[in-house]
Amino acid sequence: MTETATAPTPPTRYTGSRVPRVEDGRLLTGHGTFVDDIQRPGMLHACFVRSPFARALINEIDASAALALPGVHAVFTAADLNPDVHEQWYSSYGPKVPDTPRPPLASGEVRFVGDPVALVVAENRYIAEDAVELVEVDYEPLTAVADYRDAQTSGILVHPKYPNNVAGGLAGPPPQVVEAAFASAAHIADETFYQQAYAPVPMETRGMVVEWSADTDELTIWAATQTPHEVRAFGARLLGLEPERVRVLMRDTGGGFGQKVVPMREDMCVMLAARKVPAALKWIEDRRENLMAAGQARHEHGHARIAFAADGTILAAGIEHTQDIGAYPTPWPVGAAAAVGLLFPGPYKVPLASWSTTSLFSNTAGRHAYRGPWQFESVARELLLDIAARDMGLDPVELRRRNMISRDELPYPNPAGMPPYDHSSPLETFELALKMLDYDAFRAEQAAARAAGRYLGVGTSTYIEPTATGQEYYACEGAVLRVAPDGRMTVIVNGGSSGNSLETTVIQLTADALGVPFDNVDTIQGDTAVTPFGSGTAGSRSGSATAGAVGEAAAALRAKLAELASPRLGVPPEDIEVADGRAQVRGSGQSSGQSSGQSLTYADLAGPDGVEASATYTAKAPMLWSNATHVCTCEVDVVTGKVTLLRYIVGEDVGPMINPNIVEGQIAGGTVQGIGGALLEHMVYDEDGNPLASTFVDYLLPTTTEVPHIEYGHMETPAPGPGGHKGAGEGGAIGAPPAVINAVADALSPFGVKITNLPASPAALVALLTEAGH
Amino acid sequence: MAELPVRLTVNGETVEKTAEPRMTLADFLRERCGLTGTHLGCEHGACGACTLLVEGAAVRSCLMFAVQADGLDVTTVEGIAAPDGTLSPVQAAMRDCHGLQCGFCTPGFVMSITALLRDNPKPTDEEIREGLSGNFCRCTGYQGILAAVHQAAETA
Repeated sequence: MTETATAPTPPTRYTGSRVPRVEDGRLLTGHGTFVDDIQRPGMLHACFVRSPFARALINEIDASAALALPGVHAVFTAADLNPDVHEQWYSSYGPKVPDTPRPPLASGEVRFVGDPVALVVAENRYIAEDAVELVEVDYEPLTAVADYRDAQTSGILVHPKYPNNVAGGLAGPPPQVVEAAFASAAHIADETFYQQAYAPVPMETRGMVVEWSADTDELTIWAATQTPHEVRAFGARLLGLEPERVRVLMRDTGGGFGQKVVPMREDMCVMLAARKVPAALKWIEDRRENLMAAGQARHEHGHARIAFAADGTILAAGIEHTQDIGAYPTPWPVGAAAAVGLLFPGPYKVPLASWSTTSLFSNTAGRHAYRGPWQFESVARELLLDIAARDMGLDPVELRRRNMISRDELPYPNPAGMPPYDHSSPLETFELALKMLDYDAFRAEQAAARAAGRYLGVGTSTYIEPTATGQEYYACEGAVLRVAPDGRMTVIVNGGSSGNSLETTVIQLTADALGVPFDNVDTIQGDTAVTPFGSGTAGSRSGSATAGAVGEAAAALRAKLAELASPRLGVPPEDIEVADGRAQVRGSGQSSGQSSGQSLTYADLAGPDGVEASATYTAKAPMLWSNATHVCTCEVDVVTGKVTLLRYIVGEDVGPMINPNIVEGQIAGGTVQGIGGALLEHMVYDEDGNPLASTFVDYLLPTTTEVPHIEYGHMETPAPGPGGHKGAGEGGAIGAPPAVINAVADALSPFGVKITNLPASPAALVALLTEAGH
Repeated sequence: MAELPVRLTVNGETVEKTAEPRMTLADFLRERCGLTGTHLGCEHGACGACTLLVEGAAVRSCLMFAVQADGLDVTTVEGIAAPDGTLSPVQAAMRDCHGLQCGFCTPGFVMSITALLRDNPKPTDEEIREGLSGNFCRCTGYQGILAAVHQAAETA
């Protein structure tokens, strides 16, 4: 903090403005470079043989017919690839966590429909797919754990080493801590909420091109990834190579949302197989594979309780959470689930809390990270608050007003074990969003509509989320700033942008930090051979982390430029100010960009070799708190169960925005994913463990005909991090589902309908209405 | 499998190549013509990422074989901007309105919007939403895309 106070800070010109993106030109004209656009000489194509059974023994694999097909190069099974694994662990957790099993190919037993059993390599994708059909696998089907809710009682083990299919659990304050409060409560809300499985579903599926150079022991990987440096580190460990021998390249990645945050089993297979074939090996997942095998998220339930005093004041809260982790979760899922318990109290004045979480295996696709992985805390809390308000005869907004934390009450303790909430504005964004709606006017409109037989509803959801963690691995971000001989700047960072607009972001930050025009700055990202380490796009960290890295590298560059200017200006470096594109004697007041006896441009100083400086930023705060309130209104057709969203308002606080267009784009994208989760998206399995939603005909994504117009209300409470910026990537996906469900439940409140199971599909709503006697 | 000759016009240029009868038009353009702007998001005609124009009509190139395009005129996203690189009104509006993030679905939207506005230069909001409901985007929540169509319609 004191660093920024003493360093010369150029006036802000680009940060905070709606600068058009530099990424757009190539992407709008079809000239982006996604992983499937990569061509290499003699490149071969990989396709997986996948299990058609949720659980079965593999008796035998006969690849002879496949190998006899012209154009087929190889068929690899577990016996070929799995023994080559040198080390397999993720940097974010390290090698010492009690990680769950993660073999490259299934060995001996398949554990979900889609489990990769063999890898076919052929000269093109068409032949590879033909050959997949020719690989004969003799399976002996077994009864599966199709639903994690049966996992502890079925007597069937997904993995023999895990009794009762429990991968692990964690707990915070025990229930005894809150029992006295519950015993004395005037009112108790107590429900079990269930959330269906849904997933990131990036428009670009997973994919990778891996090229092994045996002559030089070098591995080159083109990846669809959020984390190039982690792909390099993971690949090096997997194959027992020095990281310097592994180069990872990515330019454009077609969405990730958590699914591309770390390499998965198929990526391991392609890396391992690449050393056994004579040319580069490309694997591009198809959509069916993506929906069947890339993984699932959100599938969980929780017994949630809140104790209230007679005036609606919250006395205590507790949640017992259980999540489905499928057969092969990525990465270790047990630790991440703690955030559900830690954040369950949310932005409310909750004196006491208890929580526990349990992770259960099932014979389904493995759980993986997804935008706000802990969002169930908001689902459970916000749905329960609305149910409590209705039971207590209070307006849900009034109940929240009596309990929500306001900015002037911060820092405020979290009773579940998190550090205190700070630098945020929960009650303020709540009131802002309600004002944008005109809540009282809506209630009047709703009453009039009901009198006319139409069912409108309003729902709110308020959350607070830790972003840009200071946790060791994710705390780090490097930057290199280079001045070319002609004065043009280049900013080099890790990248990992999968739609996050990181190119535009770091150019804005650099242009401001050095006081140069936006158009005079270029950026290089996504090539581990030339970029410094950064931990990628995860945890809503990139805005803050790159601001830190660019800020520190800019300070180093200014110091170098001052040293270079010192002999030419005839004053010591400390008397030279480097800003606005020039170095000048402090206080001499030259106009921008002009050289004179008292002022030198960066080009004057760069010389024939240019000047370069680098720095690694390490986040110091444990987290930066972002917060928001989502307010949704809807109309429900009580005959068909169809929900029409009417208005959607997000009042949010991510601190000072680097680029409001990008922030709003992140909010909108996350919000619509959350709307999909509330109403449409459902990775259904049948009772035998067969996935029933492995195409876009069955897995329903929101489209232009379902989404509302989203209205934004911004508040900017700075955080104790670079520029005060806080994370913006995940919040939309956290806040939307409870706001939408609460709106639907409010619309149906005249029928006494209570929604505790997601999604609120038309069929589910009709069933609830029928049950309620409508 | 035997390859058949395929002769078509792509972005105004005559292309003469061969393709297996089962090769999709999308794969033919991407792999045989070096035009990788056409993206494949589902390969079963649902997501719209591979949309291009065949004889002026918006078509899912994952559902059409290259040999079916023999003798036809095809326009891909690479053929939408002016020869000097100036973005088309649709492309410019997408940029102005933050209508893209990762950019993977973007070529399909550019093609669908181009066809939509050609057929209906002043669409209502409902017509825009109906017209684009066969194109999926997972990043933008469609907000910037819808704004871009309105802007392109107003400036055209």
